[in-house]
Amino acid sequence: MINLQNAFARRIVPLIAAFVSSTCLTGADWLQFRGNDVSGVSALSEIPATWSDTENIAWKIDLPGRGLSGAIVIGDQVVVTASSGFRQDRLHVLSFDRESGKKNWERQFWATGRTMTHPKMCVATPTPASDGQHIFAFFSSNDVICLDLDGNLQWLRGLTHDFPNASNSLGMASSPIVIGDTLIVQVENDAESFATGLDTANGKARWKKVRPKKANWTSPTLWQHGDSKPVALLQSSAGIEAVDSVSGETLWKFGNGASTIPSSVVAADSLLVPSNGLTALRLREKPTDDTKSPEVLWNDNRLGPGTSSPIVVDGKVFVINRAGVLQAADVTTGSILWKVRLKGPFSATPVAAGKHLIFFNEEGGAQVVDISGAEGEIVGENSVGETILSTPAISDNEMFVRSDGHLWKIAK
Amino acid sequence: MLHFRNGCAALIMAIVAVTNLSAADLSSQITAIRNVSREGQGNEAAAAAVRTLSNAASSDLVQILSGFENASPLAANYLRNAVETVADRHFAAGKSLPTKPLEGFVQERSNDPRARRLAFEILSKVDATAADRLIPKMLLDPSPEFRRDAVQRLIAEAESLGKDSTDQAKQIYRQALSGATDSDLVKEISESLRKLGDEVDLISHFGFLTDWRIVGPFDNHDFVGFDIAYAPEKELDFAARLKAKEGEVTWGEITTVDEFGIVDIAKSLAPHKGAVMYLATSYESAADRHVEFRFGTPNAWKLWVNGQFLFGRDEYHRGMAIDQYRVPAKLNAGKNVILLKLCQNEQTDDWAQRYQIQIRVCDPSGVAVLPVKSKSESTTRLDNQSTPQSQRLTASAEGVSE
Repeated sequence: MINLQNAFARRIVPLIAAFVSSTCLTGADWLQFRGNDVSGVSALSEIPATWSDTENIAWKIDLPGRGLSGAIVIGDQVVVTASSGFRQDRLHVLSFDRESGKKNWERQFWATGRTMTHPKMCVATPTPASDGQHIFAFFSSNDVICLDLDGNLQWLRGLTHDFPNASNSLGMASSPIVIGDTLIVQVENDAESFATGLDTANGKARWKKVRPKKANWTSPTLWQHGDSKPVALLQSSAGIEAVDSVSGETLWKFGNGASTIPSSVVAADSLLVPSNGLTALRLREKPTDDTKSPEVLWNDNRLGPGTSSPIVVDGKVFVINRAGVLQAADVTTGSILWKVRLKGPFSATPVAAGKHLIFFNEEGGAQVVDISGAEGEIVGENSVGETILSTPAISDNEMFVRSDGHLWKIAK
Repeated sequence: MLHFRNGCAALIMAIVAVTNLSAADLSSQITAIRNVSREGQGNEAAAAAVRTLSNAASSDLVQILSGFENASPLAANYLRNAVETVADRHFAAGKSLPTKPLEGFVQERSNDPRARRLAFEILSKVDATAADRLIPKMLLDPSPEFRRDAVQRLIAEAESLGKDSTDQAKQIYRQALSGATDSDLVKEISESLRKLGDEVDLISHFGFLTDWRIVGPFDNHDFVGFDIAYAPEKELDFAARLKAKEGEVTWGEITTVDEFGIVDIAKSLAPHKGAVMYLATSYESAADRHVEFRFGTPNAWKLWVNGQFLFGRDEYHRGMAIDQYRVPAKLNAGKNVILLKLCQNEQTDDWAQRYQIQIRVCDPSGVAVLPVKSKSESTTRLDNQSTPQSQRLTASAEGVSE
């Protein structure tokens, strides 16, 4: 019986699971920080501009721990991470039914790395990622946990357990991304700094690269040119490094420095880098000149973002600075088109739904800006009444946002 | 689509859950999990074992929990997932759990603290009275989480007393303090006791090391000093005159009376920048034993105990907290020599001027392990009469830290 059971488990269950998973997926998943293509844009979604306790909040549920990590959406599930305990060493991964908000399952783990963070941050700061069949939860303790969609553990890694000086006493914030069957994780800090590409099947490193020995809270992004392989773009204080996601080979570098907090964003075939304000780079598969460095299209030091990453919609880049001023600029030229002052401060990166940009400030105030006209117009001001430092997820006219205590579904 | 998927899951579960695992099967699966190691080695086998264990009967839970003993942190997480999955399956099916064996497992203090806590959490889901029955007896438990729960109950009890019950409140706070290891609770209790007129010795409570020999500054411009083995790393001779950053230096002394044991070089000596200072002390242990050195510092550091390099960290001004770092160490019976290298960088920002360290000796649950002799007998001072003239200190092993 045991042999039969094992044979069943090995051969038949994965086939069924693969079929079930594939049939459950929709095109509207939000699988990682800033969504599937790391843009933060859900072009076809329409999120209500206003909401309140009695209007346009489908559900609000309690969470068991803190979290700056954003929710992700996989088919009919909304997945979030949290950390709890006096030392924040209890790690939670939770799945909720998207329709009802009912908890599907919860799995807990113990942190294997250091859990100290700045009080504003917590161990559940990085947003998890998914390939549609698995969930990859990453924590400030540098624990990486892979679960299937039913919460069954597939593998785990303790990157500080393995590399004991890989940590940041202020906390780690970089959110991993999935490219093909590789999970790209940046573990960059002052002491033992590296990035690694983990095989999504078993968690083993396909590659591990030494990275600048300086604390870095930015997240990787990806760029795909036509049918070519997607490229991982790693940001650090040194600049940008384009990396083959499978081999870890460095394809090119931009070495003029970059921020260690807001992350870059791709706009078609250019990359907008928080570097000396904002710098636009022309993206190519392999730079043709001898410097192996991409061409700088434009730079404007007035467009430096604060904590939130920039976002690109319809040929415009939107940047919110430390003073809470939202600026729109032309992606091609860098020309500033308009400005509007919002109520900050902001940690969350804005997301776009149709013609609206949605900004959650740290006090839990959500400002909805219509960006379809010649000037930006604030068309909605809402509050969830709790600190919000996480970036929302949007999927099929529904928005999911979390605080330290709650997860909300905002939808008509 | 959802219904189809759930149907498949139920079918899979029904087929794979038709039999119980034998004790030998359980044991081999637990072994596969315990073999998981660094850099993902053993991940596939461990995951397969979790899948098998997840179909175990509820009566197997205690055996799986027993597999936590001496398991690595990675293996413990795999085992945890198996236990949670078994328990969830039974909860979902409305089946009972073996509460008596689980409670017995919780109460046996020699069992792994992580496994005991997990068993308690499962037990509490089916027995609402479990916490009231078990937690009050756990004030001095090896598990920090159980201790914390017990301490919090006592604090709440003391706070609920009226103003005419001061003596009783003091007694309860004192009892709570005896079990408290988490700094937030210790602070809360000590503040309450002080308001009631009692004194609290936090240095002894936490086991901070307060009296040190110190020498420096050595050069650390451009961070070079962290990797340079200056004279104290080669030979610990307190009578020596050493060539340092600003000429010859000799060993002096530094002592703190800060109740959280902070040794503040910038305030007590000088606000050195681009500097390395060495601190040394002795620790008289009653017996050979394993302990943890727990640190808080915003500066880069290296630690040696009895000449063995344990760990070092090259990070500056990213925050400081009590128990920020935990370094396991073995102490010998009698005198042990502790050497610290503390590095300051050259940042000029206001927030980057701290040059300090807070270090204590405790057991894995955070309870202070005090030296044999009292501080008044200068047991934590090194002197040339009681210490070998030339204590060799060699960086010989890679440290391990949590």
